[in-house]
Amino acid sequence: MSSSEILIKARNLTKKFGSFTAVDHINFEIYKGECVGFLGPNGAGKTTTVRMIHCFWPLTEGELYVAGFNVSTQACEIKRIVGVAPQEDNLDPDFTVIKNLQVYARYFDIPKAEATKRAKELLKFFQIKEKQDVLISELSTGMKRRLILARALINEPQILLLDEPTTGLDPQARHIVWDEVRSLRKRGVTIILTTHYMEEATALCDRVLLMDNGKIIEQGNPSALVKKHIGAEVLEIDNDEKLLQTLKAEFPAARFEAFGDRIHVFTMQPHGVFERFLERNSLTHVTIRNANLEDVFLKLTGRRLRD
Amino acid sequence: MTKIADSPAKFALPKLTYRLWHVWRRNFDVFMKTIKVNFLPSLIEPILYLLALGFGLGGFIQPIEGVPYINFIAPALVAISAMYGGFFECTYASFVRMYFQKTFDAIIATPVSVEEVIAGELLWGATRAAINSTTVLAVIAAFGLISSPLVLLVPIVSLLGGLLFACLAMCFTAIAPNIDFFNYPAFLLITPMFLLSGTFFPLSQLPQMVETAALIFLPLTHLVNLIRGLVLGRVEGSMLLSLAWITIVTVALFLLSINLMKKRLIK
Repeated sequence: MSSSEILIKARNLTKKFGSFTAVDHINFEIYKGECVGFLGPNGAGKTTTVRMIHCFWPLTEGELYVAGFNVSTQACEIKRIVGVAPQEDNLDPDFTVIKNLQVYARYFDIPKAEATKRAKELLKFFQIKEKQDVLISELSTGMKRRLILARALINEPQILLLDEPTTGLDPQARHIVWDEVRSLRKRGVTIILTTHYMEEATALCDRVLLMDNGKIIEQGNPSALVKKHIGAEVLEIDNDEKLLQTLKAEFPAARFEAFGDRIHVFTMQPHGVFERFLERNSLTHVTIRNANLEDVFLKLTGRRLRD
Repeated sequence: MTKIADSPAKFALPKLTYRLWHVWRRNFDVFMKTIKVNFLPSLIEPILYLLALGFGLGGFIQPIEGVPYINFIAPALVAISAMYGGFFECTYASFVRMYFQKTFDAIIATPVSVEEVIAGELLWGATRAAINSTTVLAVIAAFGLISSPLVLLVPIVSLLGGLLFACLAMCFTAIAPNIDFFNYPAFLLITPMFLLSGTFFPLSQLPQMVETAALIFLPLTHLVNLIRGLVLGRVEGSMLLSLAWITIVTVALFLLSINLMKKRLIK
């Protein structure tokens, strides 16, 4: 879906809060029609980056252009064409579901009749139409999330910013949100999301930017990154010194890592090598699985807790 | 590397557009929705004061400045309701919208700027003040306590006075670490003003030093002076002075409160 037209461009983008550097001289481009994910542990600088894109926080240093507009001087123009779905629930509890959308549309100078028309369409699209006249406090977490997404689309944005769109949702609600994000992408909306969920990034993103300590440490297509850093398959077994020696002899090119009482063996070799090994050696508590983005994430950012 | 020149810490004149009225309108819509719970209490309080102080206590009190006691305090009740309206709207109510409901965060993701959000809140606070005081005005009119057509200017004066209290309140909201903090300005500023601004007895009854301090520092003194003059139909030169005092302080507090809020909200 993506084109070669650059929609967002950051040069030496930096944000400091006092002496703490949240975003540290990063450079990136986002192309029109892409779905891009910012990944990283807590405090990596993902949300801060997104908040600078929609002019919520001023830059400390560097340059940031959105659709050709400078975030430092043309905030109003940018905010007109960007839709924001923040992490926290900031729906207006004083209003009903549909009134939330109508009042929000007013901030964009959308006339009332048009606002009501769009609001009804969005409520239908996000499957909350039957709740249009209830107060926000009566909505479930999943419905609130979908209403926040609907609200972010009321101005028909070119760019949609989703800050952890599915945190706290059950699997059903999460999949509904994913389906909705995919169909928005098909309509040509450029989507930027932040997430902790690697599965989500793999499912939705054309490209991911992996952040740690305020820097972008890696970027690329999710499956290409898995291939590059991890390989094809992972074998997980209980830690056992003798077994480890056997495995090392069998797979000299593989990467071995011990996590707690489990050993992970990563191989670049084609699928099936671990299975053939298991046919010859009977072992218990064994898992063979495909390498995934989470392996890349943990390899590059480490396993240390961040907060 | 480009340094960003416009640091939020710098004192600046706010750039405002018509969009601030969208914020005003949001609060107005909520007010209209909850008008029953908003309206009745503000109607009952002045009636109680009039009954207890005006008719009850007033029976034992000599006329003040040539008017019966109930006529003396009635205009003060109008001014007090403007003070409460502006002050409480832009302390507790604004703080709830800013801190708990994150309404400001939601609005500034749209073309409306932080400055316009705060200005809209302040004008709404002033509007609340004018609504409250006009309601009280209607109550005292029903008791036959109005003696001049100049009273028609009271809603406008209340709007201005209300804006002053809204701006004053917003300065506290900008520095409040939590909602309990508002106990300080409420008890240390609003309550003394309620009692010592020429509301229930003439300022001249107070020791000279306190009287002077009340004239210099207490906004309510000037609002009471203006509204009392209009309600009783006694226009005096001191009213111009009060109007000038209120106007200057309102402009100063308007700029200060928006700058303090920007400092709090923009990191």
